Amino acid sequence: MSQSYNRGLIEDFSRWREFEAGMWAWIFHKFTGWVLIGYLFTHIAVLSTAIPAADGATMMFEGSQTDVFTGTIVSLEGLLLVRILEVGLLAVAVFHMLNGTRLLLVDLGVGLEAQDKSFYASLILTGAITVASVPTFIAGAF
Amino acid sequence: MAERYSSFESGGRMWLLQRVTAAFLLVVLAFHFFLLHFVHHADEVTLAASSARMEQLSYYSLMVLFLVTATFHGVNGVYNALINQGLTGTKRTVVKWTLVAASVVLLFQGIRTANAWAGGFPLL
Repeated sequence: MSQSYNRGLIEDFSRWREFEAGMWAWIFHKFTGWVLIGYLFTHIAVLSTAIPAADGATMMFEGSQTDVFTGTIVSLEGLLLVRILEVGLLAVAVFHMLNGTRLLLVDLGVGLEAQDKSFYASLILTGAITVASVPTFIAGAF
Repeated sequence: MAERYSSFESGGRMWLLQRVTAAFLLVVLAFHFFLLHFVHHADEVTLAASSARMEQLSYYSLMVLFLVTATFHGVNGVYNALINQGLTGTKRTVVKWTLVAASVVLLFQGIRTANAWAGGFPLL
């Protein structure tokens, strides 16, 4: 049987030195979750340029008229800042997915005794996948 | 008395839905990232290529289901996080219906966008 754990207010950041793996996993999962839902709204807003584009709306892009969807996306992808933010988004998504898998397994009764090790594995794997993806995400930005 | 901690009411319908959508999103989000960043590159996006994908009923259905499950999982996650931080009473009701309204707007706009790409609901 697991122990009840009164965290107090998570906002009491002075307690961070006392946090164990499970607490960091909880904090990172909440943080990445907030980023992902925020991104979903932004993503749909940007992709919505397909609506006027499908009706024939165009914009000037690199000296010629381009449909407003293609022009918006390719313009954004031309910004180094956007490429760097995309790498950040990948890191956030990969961590949320790996840690989420860990949570699903624990819910199914698998790996509770190794929950700290699986958190560290999630972190390391997130780092490895993110670093390995950098060349693909940055390609053509310079 | 020791008890199992969860921010959810364990065993509830929403608790289960949060986990079922999580399992679905694990697969589809990985597919989405892989297809649109590794198979195709984000800086090579065109309206024509997006339309060609969305005109296929299988892809359109998967993306609409992806939108619905991601919206539910994300908004329900935010709601649970806020309840976990002590949100109760009238504030809880206001937050709940604000999140429901935001979800409806997101789904409406997302499906409008999908239909713009597909030129309407794809029948084939």
